[in-house]
Amino acid sequence: MSRPWPLPLPLRRNRTGGPDRRPPSGQGAQNPLRALARRFHSGELGAVPVVLGLVVVWIIFQSLNGHFLSPRNLSALSVDIVGIGMISTGVVFVLLLGEIDLSVGSVSGLAAAAFAVLNVNEGVPEGLALLLTVLAGTAIGAIHGFFFAKVGVPAFVVTLAGLLGWNGLMLSLLGASGTINLDDKGLVAMLTGFYFTHVAVAYGLAALGTAGYFLASYRDVRRRRSAGVPTRSQREIILRTGVIAVISLAAAYVLNQFEGLPLALLIFLVFLVGLDHVLLRTRYGRMLFAVGGSVEAARRTGLNVDLVRISVFMVSGTMAAIGGLFLASRVTSATQTSGAGNLLMNAIAAAVIGGTSLFGGRGRTWSALLGVLVIQSIASGVALMGVQPAVQFMITGSVLLVAVVIDSLSRRAQRAHGRV
Amino acid sequence: MAAPQLLALRGIFKRFGAVQALADVELEIRAGEVVALVGDNGAGKSTLIKVIAGVDAADAGVIEWDGRPVQITRPHEAQALGIATVYQDLALCDNLDVVGNLFLGREICRAGVLDEVEMERHTLELLDTLAIRMPSVRLPVASLSGGQRQTVAIARSLLGEPRLVLLDEPTASLGIEQTAQVLDLVDQLRERGLGVLLISHNLGDVKAVADWIAVLRLGRNNGFFNVMTTSQEQIISSITGATDNAVTRRKAPGWEVER
Ligand SMILES: Nc1ncnc2c1ncn2[C@@H]1O[C@H](COP(=O)(O)OP(=O)(O)OP(=O)(O)O)[C@@H](O)[C@H]1O
Ligand SMILES: [Mg+2]
Repeated sequence: MSRPWPLPLPLRRNRTGGPDRRPPSGQGAQNPLRALARRFHSGELGAVPVVLGLVVVWIIFQSLNGHFLSPRNLSALSVDIVGIGMISTGVVFVLLLGEIDLSVGSVSGLAAAAFAVLNVNEGVPEGLALLLTVLAGTAIGAIHGFFFAKVGVPAFVVTLAGLLGWNGLMLSLLGASGTINLDDKGLVAMLTGFYFTHVAVAYGLAALGTAGYFLASYRDVRRRRSAGVPTRSQREIILRTGVIAVISLAAAYVLNQFEGLPLALLIFLVFLVGLDHVLLRTRYGRMLFAVGGSVEAARRTGLNVDLVRISVFMVSGTMAAIGGLFLASRVTSATQTSGAGNLLMNAIAAAVIGGTSLFGGRGRTWSALLGVLVIQSIASGVALMGVQPAVQFMITGSVLLVAVVIDSLSRRAQRAHGRV
Repeated sequence: MAAPQLLALRGIFKRFGAVQALADVELEIRAGEVVALVGDNGAGKSTLIKVIAGVDAADAGVIEWDGRPVQITRPHEAQALGIATVYQDLALCDNLDVVGNLFLGREICRAGVLDEVEMERHTLELLDTLAIRMPSVRLPVASLSGGQRQTVAIARSLLGEPRLVLLDEPTASLGIEQTAQVLDLVDQLRERGLGVLLISHNLGDVKAVADWIAVLRLGRNNGFFNVMTTSQEQIISSITGATDNAVTRRKAPGWEVER
């Protein structure tokens, strides 16, 4: 690719007579505490609030009911988060552009119904039915994206139409009976029903993940050193690796206390890691952040803004369909209430609670995981205590409000710094 | 000087609703020449830059590149020809860091993965070459000062080996020393045989760095002057459209005119 332009050195008649050469710019190793303080003031808190919030939620429910942090409950939680989590991960992509997709709930329900009809009623082989269902989600997203990017209809109106329309299509697919039961030994049922019962799998994965993170960081440091570019301190890398090791080994330990690593959780983690890589390490991801930061700047740089816009709706449609299959798997059926209720709100709330900005340009796939953990923890805690779901709505609503307030305040803080 | 003609605009028109922003505008820029584009607020200077950069296509008119007519209707078409632009409003992505902004749209990749190390190394090298000081190239540009953001925008325009550089008030928010640096840079660009189109309200800067001065007034050409042989009064009266007006009355003879 193009290189910086080789200007000769020393190169100028110095107009001011000031010094010509300066120390190279760059960021040295930073004190982590000071870095955190700086981020707090400038409004770039990232995942800090949601992690704190999650810890608080867990402490409260554990003190109210000793079963909350039991391996059985946590294992169930780790499977329950996957359906919404997948949908929420797709929503993150749309939010990164500062847009919204209100259709994801209906699309997930439609996916469940479509799979059920294809596989159970029409006898299409499971694998093919699954593939067609997911591709249908992609196509639906492409339709939304087209009307938004090419026709210029506001995204929330397009997807509101989708919310109604796809829900109607689902109801008509399910027909009079209204419920289609899935094969409870089938592929989709396995999605949330299969556990790697051997303890080595969970531990091995935890170890592999940690080692992978460490090796990647280590190689990055080596490359940066040899290129003479500022790099993270060794202490910081060891610290981060340590945190990852503790969390993943603890999770593996807890899961192994029950039935082992759930397949659903493994698939979710693979999606999170893969899509995070797409966002942060590929050209496409960079384009997405650019459009989310400033549409006009992206356009003037020559980026294909329309394509980026259509693509995020395709991602969210795809992820909604995948999430819908996991939700159907949990109840081994497609019903008229698939994808209804709070699903849409929870999926969007999860992304925002997890730290993805509603204003675009800021977010990670991991916010879907963290946010959905908070939401499902509240749901599970409330259910354990046997109180009415009304309480759950109120708590979740409050948490969402706090998250949005943090998002808005951090944006204000950036404004106050003369930014954005 | 018989340098080859790089860019020529012939009969450019551009209308925004009721406003005729450009009418029958002609302009020629040769390689190795600095042309200053001056005019009052709203004269159509930025609009002309955007036409050349492919951001807002002209309604009518011909753009010639290397003597041949070309179509420039989209930003990447201008970039492909070798036209780099620093916009008046900078057009940076506030949420991306300095490296991300510099390489936006031309990222260096290794096996399909962004090569951040290489891009950061090039960035540091370029900033160092331009004697630009940044607190960190990994901060979102939102957290930089106005002048630092401007230098990022300028550095970005030099990254892709351009042949023509369009600078829309590049020194507007720069301090004295940074302004001098940018003017030095313009000199270097000329020495390297690039064409430069520089918009500035500061006639002192224009006088110091430009070879030619093109005046726009109410969207029309209002004179093309050789810097060496033209007095400041002539230029001011072209800009304002009158020989006797507030500016010339208030000005003592001499060159330093601030906005
Ligand atoms: N996007 C737009 N929509 C409508 N009118 C516009 C647009 N851009 C520019 N104009 C109009 O076109 C005219 C020329 O604007 P332009 O920005 O080119 O002026 P300028 O010479 O760059 O002024 P300045 O020195 O203030 O930067 C103005 O009357 C302005 O109102
Ligand atoms: Mg202007």
